[in-house]
Amino acid sequence: MNFDWLSRYLPLLLDGAIQTVSLLVISVSIGFVLAIGLAFARVSGGPIARNLARGYCTFLRGTPLLIQLWLLYYGVGSLLPMIPGIRQSFLWPILREGFFFAAVSFTLNYAAYEAEVLRGALLAVPKGELEAARAAGMGPLLLIRRIWLPRAIRIALPTIAGEVVMQLKATPLAFTVTVMDLYAVAYKVRQDTLLVYEPLLVVTVFYVFLTLLITRVFKGIEGQVPIRR
Amino acid sequence: MATSQMSIWELLSPVPPGWGGTLLVGAASTVLISACAFSIGLGIGLLGAAGKLWGRKPLIRLLDLYTGIIRAVPELILIVGLYYAGTDGLNRLLASLGLPTIEVNGFLAAVMVLGFVQGAYMTEVLRGAIQAIPAGQLEAARAFGMSPLLLFRRVMLPALLPNALPGLANLWMAITKDSALVAVVGYQELALATRLAGANTKHYFLFFFAAALLYLAITLASNWVFARIERRVRRGQPVVE
Repeated sequence: MNFDWLSRYLPLLLDGAIQTVSLLVISVSIGFVLAIGLAFARVSGGPIARNLARGYCTFLRGTPLLIQLWLLYYGVGSLLPMIPGIRQSFLWPILREGFFFAAVSFTLNYAAYEAEVLRGALLAVPKGELEAARAAGMGPLLLIRRIWLPRAIRIALPTIAGEVVMQLKATPLAFTVTVMDLYAVAYKVRQDTLLVYEPLLVVTVFYVFLTLLITRVFKGIEGQVPIRR
Repeated sequence: MATSQMSIWELLSPVPPGWGGTLLVGAASTVLISACAFSIGLGIGLLGAAGKLWGRKPLIRLLDLYTGIIRAVPELILIVGLYYAGTDGLNRLLASLGLPTIEVNGFLAAVMVLGFVQGAYMTEVLRGAIQAIPAGQLEAARAFGMSPLLLFRRVMLPALLPNALPGLANLWMAITKDSALVAVVGYQELALATRLAGANTKHYFLFFFAAALLYLAITLASNWVFARIERRVRRGQPVVE
């Protein structure tokens, strides 16, 4: 085992860690908002909204994330420049980057998985509590904001923690579309120094550390809102 | 360029100027890799679950380490790491025995690596399913004088299958999609075949979309098969709505 390269590549590793964490934070936070919409469409939407949301979830959960990522990066990415004027627009520097496509595909994928979890949780909220809220004169939006959604999120919290860890473990795929995330840095170290295991080991330690951090944070949130059994 | 004038159907046609055949072969290879890795994982899982339930302390520690690490590390890192570690380790072993080094078959390496990863998840699924069998049933079988093998075949297996099947179905879905990751180490299955088709014709969107539909078809077909199997192993059980 040879770790001499560590000090030389430390800045690069830190940059990679930032890329990994920002991919995770972006996809989880935006994906969660999308998931709320999808879950409500499936639980209380009309037939069109319900079927659209279900089709979305089936498609994104039934195909590998790698294919979705490549579909966006190579597929949509090769169609984008055909839109007139897009190369001159201020968004072009962002739209050109692999990071943008990775963030979008991770977000859409996370939303599909999270919507399934939330759908189950929305259905698990006791009917009596919703009826009580209606009887107290709450409108539909107030009911969702004050009672239905918070209760459902609390019910789903342990599962959400698991989903976030799964999402973290999916982020190294971004390296296949030229994002310099943690894994890509390990790959670069391997190419530069011809060491195979040491960089993977260092990166693995970081992923395990992040996993522990995520579980700890969610334990903390769960402790904040105790559930009476 | 000739390919740019081809229509969608010509591009997807299964005979050579089209790339449909390449995609279908890739899809078959994906299913084959998944099935082999699933079986290896099932074997490891059965041994692992037995070890965790009835093994000695050091063995249990070791298995806890195995399942813990495999489930905490990203699949891509595991697959790349195990791929190199596996082929490299094998060649070092051969070299130390004075044998010539060999080029490890990509299919075999992919299957072994994916199976090893699946084994960790299988261990946990099967352990839970075995623990959920009422102890009295196993004791009754022993009281009748059944040998361990007969007990496993006649009592334990039929009793654990209904408990384990949803978990096993989940793992099968996961591996059909995770097998796309072996594209990264260069083995040609559906994902890599698609990238090849896209790179050659520049119709990336079309081919990746077609590949997505193929994966979706695999998933939906598996869903149907597993529902049938589950109905079969649950026959005679009270219907829970």
